[in-house]
Amino acid sequence: MRPYTEIYFPVVVQIIIAIAVAAGMVGGSFLLGKKVRNRVKDTPYESGMQPVGSARERFSVKFYLVAMIFILFDIEAMFLYPWAVVYRELKLFAFVEMLVFVVLILSGFFYIWKKGALDWAPESDKKTEPKPLPAEASIATILNRH
Amino acid sequence: MFANYLPTGAEYFRLLPEMILTAAGTLIMVLEPLTGYRRKRFLGHLALAGLLAALWAAVVAYSSPGPAFNRLIVVDGFATFFRVLVIVVGILTVLSCWDFLARHKAESGEFYSLILFSVVGQCVMVSANELITLFIGLEVSSIATYVLAGYLRDDKRANEAALKYFLLGSFATAFLLYGVAWIYGVTGTTNLVDIRQILESRDVIHPILAVSTAAALMFVGFAFKVSAAPFQIWAPDVYQGAPTPVAAFMSAGPKAAGFAILLRVYLTAFGPIDQSWVPFVWTCALATMVIGNFAALAQNNVKRLLAYSSIAHAGYIMVAVATGTAPGAAAAMFYLAAYAFMNVGAFVVVSHISGRGERKVNIDDLAGLSSRQPLTAALFSVFLLSLIGVPLTGGFFGKFYIFKAAIDSQLYWLTILGLLTSAVAAYYYLRLIVVMYMRPAVDGEEELPPLGGGLKTALWASALGTLALGIFPSAVLNFAGASGAMLVR
Amino acid sequence: MTMTSVPLSWYLILSAVLFTLGVAGFLFRRNIITVFMSIELMLNAVNLSFVAFSYQWRQVDGHVYTFFVMVVAAAEAAVGLAIILTVFKNRATLQIDDVDSMKN
Repeated sequence: MRPYTEIYFPVVVQIIIAIAVAAGMVGGSFLLGKKVRNRVKDTPYESGMQPVGSARERFSVKFYLVAMIFILFDIEAMFLYPWAVVYRELKLFAFVEMLVFVVLILSGFFYIWKKGALDWAPESDKKTEPKPLPAEASIATILNRH
Repeated sequence: MFANYLPTGAEYFRLLPEMILTAAGTLIMVLEPLTGYRRKRFLGHLALAGLLAALWAAVVAYSSPGPAFNRLIVVDGFATFFRVLVIVVGILTVLSCWDFLARHKAESGEFYSLILFSVVGQCVMVSANELITLFIGLEVSSIATYVLAGYLRDDKRANEAALKYFLLGSFATAFLLYGVAWIYGVTGTTNLVDIRQILESRDVIHPILAVSTAAALMFVGFAFKVSAAPFQIWAPDVYQGAPTPVAAFMSAGPKAAGFAILLRVYLTAFGPIDQSWVPFVWTCALATMVIGNFAALAQNNVKRLLAYSSIAHAGYIMVAVATGTAPGAAAAMFYLAAYAFMNVGAFVVVSHISGRGERKVNIDDLAGLSSRQPLTAALFSVFLLSLIGVPLTGGFFGKFYIFKAAIDSQLYWLTILGLLTSAVAAYYYLRLIVVMYMRPAVDGEEELPPLGGGLKTALWASALGTLALGIFPSAVLNFAGASGAMLVR
Repeated sequence: MTMTSVPLSWYLILSAVLFTLGVAGFLFRRNIITVFMSIELMLNAVNLSFVAFSYQWRQVDGHVYTFFVMVVAAAEAAVGLAIILTVFKNRATLQIDDVDSMKN
């Protein structure tokens, strides 16, 4: 029986790495990023939807598309669990098989990406450079632009 | 059991057709967004190359028959026969779709990709030796076909066809899966050979009621896939609404694969308990022949007529399944091969004459075809005569072997009924020939476009296949007989 | 392992009830999305059976089958919702009786 400290050492290392990555991201953007403060910045969902209002609004079909694509790629990842369980026994074979699997998934990803299923804004919007927001722009004017 | 498991090279070799098809389908999918509309035909040629390579692989894979991947897959004569069949149907579909897609300005890589993925699914189905593998193959094939049915997405009828096919198809799959779960629960395995051994062994007590229920639940799923009564209701609407090349594909490929798994599961795994499943196959065969043939009499839309005819043919093949013997299986295999050629051929002709938007699909639109395009009319007649079962065509020997096997198994009522409904069928097929040859073309009818290269190749290949099976049936029949016998070993 | 374990038959009865509810929903509901959800319910009922049987046989196979079924169900859901969206776009209805334009 190994001591607990030894068993849980990898977990501690992972926690430290996770904290370091998170701190690095927050700290890095704090040090390097531009600091803008206005009313839009302070809304709960910046450039998102209005948090208060009727829930029976109709959504853009884009939401469904992204949701469906998300479900597919999300569920495919489920095969990683049994794979991870037997990985040690199967060694190189398991690695190569998963590589093939991931390449197939990535080619699907490449397809939807190139087809523009992930482009949130329609083509016409992308060509015109977005106007810089006036500092006092209200949420309503932003929502009306799209 | 799984530790240190490493598949041998021979096992990969046995899976080569599926690997080639998957690689080709994925490659086309990746290339599709990078190809301009005028270059899409190149992707079609790529699909054709992939299918031909897979055909070659399916044939050479038979040089080392045997199981693969922990017996999930088995390459035997039966699997090879159906692999070749579904790949040939894929080739004919790709060849015959070019004119149609160009006419509807709908040529795209997705179409070819989906055809390839559907064929992969069918190849996995027919070589599956295990119920879950079989289920995966069935779903890969079905999901690709659902999309193909609604391929013309601005067409209301195509939408409707896709919706109905999807809803009823997944409903049926759920039944199939519930049956699989019960088999797994009763026997503790999903391997077909192991199930057979467990059901055969006298010392293991298996609840016969649970196994029969499972067999019935799975039959619901299979009957839907092969459009057998009383689960045939989707077929006419789906065949009518789907693009005609897709209808040709659906009526031959998935149906052949569906019958293949039906035969393999019921003869191999459920062979020892045949007294529990033969009655419902018997009833289903009877109902399917009657409903298909009599409903076809009333149709004016040729696609719908062919849909009902396809239901009727499923009924004849069901008679062969009801024998539950090796000769019955061999007859079903031969029939499916003949049926694939003649039915794809007939649908290809319909896709040629249907015109833009598929408006000309009524029987009256065939009027004067013999003078407008003699070759098309002649080839169409060959397919229709074979569908009737006239000697010198594949359809004749198909019916002959099925009814011979049925008589040998003392299924006299089914044989009599099959022969009577075949006579009914002759009426509606001959009606098409009469309209083509006897009725003059309507004045002011716009000229039919000439047969394109791909279309012509597909038509000639189907016609030659139909006639070859009618004139030299013995080679195919001997192979089918030997492979059918392996199922009930 | 556990002091009181739930007998296998309870899982199977629950699974059968869920499956039947799915069948009933498929047959009697008129909204396409609800019909589709009924099919998903049927598949999940089957999953429950698989897991229960797998536990009974002390095998891991049944659990793996469940993974496959879930992935297939997700793929079906994506394709199905896409088909339903095109139907809605072309007809502006989700009532199953309104989607019936093909007869002779």
